[in-house]
Amino acid sequence: MKINDIPVIETDVLVIGGGTAGPMAAVTAKEQDPSLNVMLLEKANVKRSGAICMGMDGLNNAVVPGHATPEQYVKEITIANDGIVHQPALMAYATRSFPMIEKLDSWGVHFQKDETGDYDMKKVHHLGTYVLPMPEGHNVKKILYRRLRRNRVQIENRFTATRLLKDPDGKIAGMIGVNTRTAEPIIIRAKAVIMATGAAGRLGLPTSGYLFGTYENPANNGDGHAMAYHAGADLANLECYQINPLLKDYNGPACAYVTGPLGGFTANAFGERFIECDYWSGQMMLEFFKELESGTGPVFLKLDHLAEETISEIETVLHTNERPSRGRFHEGRDVNYRESMVEMHISEVGFCSGHSASGVWTDETGATTVPGLYCAGDMASVAHNYMLGAFVYGQICGESAVEFVKSRSEPKLDEDFINKELERIQAPMKLTDGIPPEQMEYKVRRLVNDYLQPPKVTKKMEIGLERILAVRADLPQLCARDPHELLRAMEVQSIIDCAEMAARASLYRTESRWGLYHYRVDYPEQNDSEWFYHSRLFKDDNGEMASGKRPIADYLVPLGEEKDAYRKMRVQKAANE
Amino acid sequence: MPIANHHSSVPVIVDEEKCIADKGCTVCIDVCPLDVLWINEETGKAHMKYDECWYCMPCEADCPTDAVTVNIPYLLR
Repeated sequence: MKINDIPVIETDVLVIGGGTAGPMAAVTAKEQDPSLNVMLLEKANVKRSGAICMGMDGLNNAVVPGHATPEQYVKEITIANDGIVHQPALMAYATRSFPMIEKLDSWGVHFQKDETGDYDMKKVHHLGTYVLPMPEGHNVKKILYRRLRRNRVQIENRFTATRLLKDPDGKIAGMIGVNTRTAEPIIIRAKAVIMATGAAGRLGLPTSGYLFGTYENPANNGDGHAMAYHAGADLANLECYQINPLLKDYNGPACAYVTGPLGGFTANAFGERFIECDYWSGQMMLEFFKELESGTGPVFLKLDHLAEETISEIETVLHTNERPSRGRFHEGRDVNYRESMVEMHISEVGFCSGHSASGVWTDETGATTVPGLYCAGDMASVAHNYMLGAFVYGQICGESAVEFVKSRSEPKLDEDFINKELERIQAPMKLTDGIPPEQMEYKVRRLVNDYLQPPKVTKKMEIGLERILAVRADLPQLCARDPHELLRAMEVQSIIDCAEMAARASLYRTESRWGLYHYRVDYPEQNDSEWFYHSRLFKDDNGEMASGKRPIADYLVPLGEEKDAYRKMRVQKAANE
Repeated sequence: MPIANHHSSVPVIVDEEKCIADKGCTVCIDVCPLDVLWINEETGKAHMKYDECWYCMPCEADCPTDAVTVNIPYLLR
């Protein structure tokens, strides 16, 4: 099958990924200009896709007037991310965060309010107050879906994008992909593309060994990161991994945002608090990791000291919203929050700006370094963005894309590139024997665990990179028996790309930063004189993976005397103890 | 390289008495983010064809006849 056998679909704005940021981007583009054709492409089904397919139990970084200012927020996240942030992008989020809450509220998303009708903000962060619970957050996807229909966004479910298309002049021109149920290719010509494909969550292997037991929705496997890379976009700070504190063996978040405000905390084996602040930062994770490995480990979620009604409230939120199978997991092991602490562990590694800062480089307009290509949500590089950041940057990208389309001429398609990509898509199903995607995926993710997860050691990472490249060399043997396996075969190629990126980015930054996220044992100190930069990762003119530095934009908000607050995570014992 | 099949105990169970996939219902199949539920061509009912589950539960929550149960995968249990 060649390009001439496939009808080319035309649209003005194409959104890839229908989870959180994607629907908001598509709706915004239509709100801005209802005459535009806006298409939303989703690998699964937009009704139940992405990180919040079952809903969300709270906003982790809400900047609500009366509780915090945008300046305070920008300062806190800059400190939490060891200075390596693009403050203009954080500020754009911070100033638009409250109008977005009001917009979502008007759409019917319920946030917790106190007896006076004010938003019921909770303090979880080290310095300020930014957490807004949403105990009825299970209906978010339904509300988004209704908005998509109402605004007449054209939805294409069960297509996975495999490569972005570019004009001869370097502007974005659309994408090519494949149907996950029929293996039929799809070519879309678009004047602007917004990518919202989520985290690269299938990078490390969960300790259970179950490939799909990841913290992130496993559909978020880094396709967007790989596509952006191949399209020539910059990626940023990929060595700043996502690593989260989770229940041992169960991929639900454990403590900070739901249980923290109600009195639960992270404890060691003796039930003692050892971290000052449960907000997820690299510095907190480093203390978590040290405790886990120490004689007072492992680490537990402690709730057994709380009153019955508090525990019931926690259970209601945790067992009905974001990860509702959690109750079933505890039941199976006969674990009850009332009777004992619950063992915790750290997640596999991934790329996710929602929680850390790694992703496709994105400025305060949602723009990447490829003209006409925008990114939002967990795949974009704006630090600590979480769900509300996905909504805000979805909105920003929707606006920017509409603006870009106004002066955009008809994109030209590169037939040679498309024909090569069609060959890559069709290759795995042409083989009758070879290596199934599952085995290749297990192998590369096991290598990520063995060699790339922190503590990072130079020689180990070099060996890991070599072994990952050896898996890449096996790609001609990758085979798929049916269209579903073909989906996995395309995904594993993105996973290999992300694994190579993780290795190279981690080797490039010869210092330690972000606590556990880039804890490099042979370069244990943070070195601001050489490394107060974003790291870049990009495809160079020879098609090779290359690294470089991007200067930090001038701060809009100075850090002042609180600049080291996140370095003081460990609970200090009294001198007379 | 030749390929072998290997057995796997899957987490999602469909009660075939209750399932109405043979009458045209595809709710659980539509909502699965990982596309692992398919029609069993022998019975016409939904079943878990691929052991790639996130135990996220839309299939169970959205099933109109309560036919679907999501268990925790054995490796995690």
